[in-house]
Amino acid sequence: MKKLLTRHETYVFLAIVVFSIIITSINPSFFTIENLFDLLKSYSLMGTFAIGMLFVLISGGIDISFTATATITGYVVAVLLLKYGEGLNILSVFLIAGGIGILLGLFNAVIIYFFKIPSIITTIATLNIYYGILTVVSKGKWLYGFPTWFGDFNNIRVFTLYTADGNPYGLSIITVIWFALILIGWFILRYTILGRSIYAMGGNPASAQRAGFNLLGLNLFVYSFMGLMAGIGSVIQALLVQTVAPNSLVGKEMDVIAAVVLGGASLTGGTGTMLGTILGVTLIAIMGNGLTLMHVSSLWYKVIIGFVILVSVGVSAYRSKRSTRKHIITEVN
Amino acid sequence: MLRKFSHFLVLLAVMVFIMFLMWGFTGHDFMNLGNFQSMAYQMPELGVLSLAMMIAMLTSGINLSIIATANLSGIVIALILTTYLSPDAVGGSTFWVIVIAILAGLIVSALVGALNGFLIAVLEISPILATLGTMIMISGISIVLTEGYVISGFPTAMLAIGNGDLLGIPIPILVFLGCAVIMSVILNNTPLGTRIYLLGSNPIACFYSGVDNRSVLFRTYIISGLYSGVAAVIMISRFNSAKADYGESYLLLTVLAAVLGGVSAAGGFGRVSGLFLSLVILQMISSGLNLMGISNFLTLALWGIVLIFVMVVNYFIENQQQGRRIA
Repeated sequence: MKKLLTRHETYVFLAIVVFSIIITSINPSFFTIENLFDLLKSYSLMGTFAIGMLFVLISGGIDISFTATATITGYVVAVLLLKYGEGLNILSVFLIAGGIGILLGLFNAVIIYFFKIPSIITTIATLNIYYGILTVVSKGKWLYGFPTWFGDFNNIRVFTLYTADGNPYGLSIITVIWFALILIGWFILRYTILGRSIYAMGGNPASAQRAGFNLLGLNLFVYSFMGLMAGIGSVIQALLVQTVAPNSLVGKEMDVIAAVVLGGASLTGGTGTMLGTILGVTLIAIMGNGLTLMHVSSLWYKVIIGFVILVSVGVSAYRSKRSTRKHIITEVN
Repeated sequence: MLRKFSHFLVLLAVMVFIMFLMWGFTGHDFMNLGNFQSMAYQMPELGVLSLAMMIAMLTSGINLSIIATANLSGIVIALILTTYLSPDAVGGSTFWVIVIAILAGLIVSALVGALNGFLIAVLEISPILATLGTMIMISGISIVLTEGYVISGFPTAMLAIGNGDLLGIPIPILVFLGCAVIMSVILNNTPLGTRIYLLGSNPIACFYSGVDNRSVLFRTYIISGLYSGVAAVIMISRFNSAKADYGESYLLLTVLAAVLGGVSAAGGFGRVSGLFLSLVILQMISSGLNLMGISNFLTLALWGIVLIFVMVVNYFIENQQQGRRIA
């Protein structure tokens, strides 16, 4: 019990419960299975990005460029779909997007590792390089009218239920993909040497290097994993909206970082869990959904999200300050 | 001494090189008074915002909320102006309303800075997170205040700040130069400036030298907020309007300008003169490419490449110097 109280996840979970009770008491349609499945499907995109971001944050870095990576992979996939639509299948689409994502992630890792440029500056730069070049090449055109199988895949449900008036709903295949990625990420972080090494590197890179960890390999893995998630996320986005627009993702990177940070990952590296990340995404999801259901103007959305982030990071900073009892500000980065 | 100086000289050489490059590509379009004047109107917004970013980076922090702060204080100024003045208002009382509006805007920006300072100095939240949170919250408040609409229609006296000139010199560049000189004095000639550099290069040593780190950080972020407020005045006056999401692409550019100007991302190093040259370089690239009819997005990509290039060059220079020191 005492251990439970010291964990960040517990507080996020409590916040979720409190918000859920408030929202449900105002609009009971929040607490229905239909709404739950809807939320799980529409937040699969943010959830997928968040998995990659969690890895990067644990390793002690940050990646701002993933939205631009996803824009590129999404666009390439869309062009291929329009050209060779019938010859492709869903697996090849994911492979192509993931592959390009990995390459772009590797590029980030190489710059960060070999030239010791802070990851935030590197990825701000690559965000603009990737996004700028794509916008010039694509001329900002929206792509739509994908093959029917691509649209049909979006509607696959693992099981189907019916509402009182006969509308079908159920657990979407997209949510299942997201859950599978969560399981893979959770397994890597918790049970593999690779995962534990990422924690070690994030906790203290100098010690990790002296202990014999291969920092280059770890960096390459972490950023290419982020790229892979960006690629998969871009396909999910294309599936969800059946349109690929060059400007639909860039600018949303901070929302994803905010969700992961809400879940307890620290920007200084070495901490963060998959459970916390899922809770962070959930908290953002139910706040966005709840405000709509409570008929609060969407104008207030950002104010509330920003406030919740500040309270969350404030509380965890205060708690770590109390536990270390250091009186100097040693952590200015 | 030589190191500080050499970076300045490198920048100066790059600036001259780019000037001739653009001259060669665009001919008389680039090398004329009109173009230089229009550059002098465009540079100050980014310039003042970069100063706001620079002082936070010197303490080895960062301030992601500068654009959001500028927009909020711009909106406050705009709301006061449009509520109490009609666009064709003139005369003495108009002047005082404008002064009060601008003061209110600056107070708002200083308050946001104080909030950042409180979060970073007192609660010890890392600057990226704290300013990320305030960025989202502040831009949310701006959206609530404006309901997402544009506020426009200021009296002509207000527009003069962003569009007028004094003896042929654009007023915004004068404002920017004033801000740059003040920042330079703060950093080089006051105890606070010395402490900022010290805190940025080694916070623990700084603390044991008897410096109150909290107070230094707190004041740093208030100054950073105030500079965002000054940028807001120039920005809304130039656009004749205020909106919750103006200038969002400036955020990257301020980091780019600071790093290009020799401000270390790890804190402790960087001078206003370097920042100034880097701003001129960026502005010349952007104006030159614009004259050549090249897409803004390609310029964006190019800036990203320039940023990485400069960081790589810095890395090699530092490596070489360290090698020499050991030998």
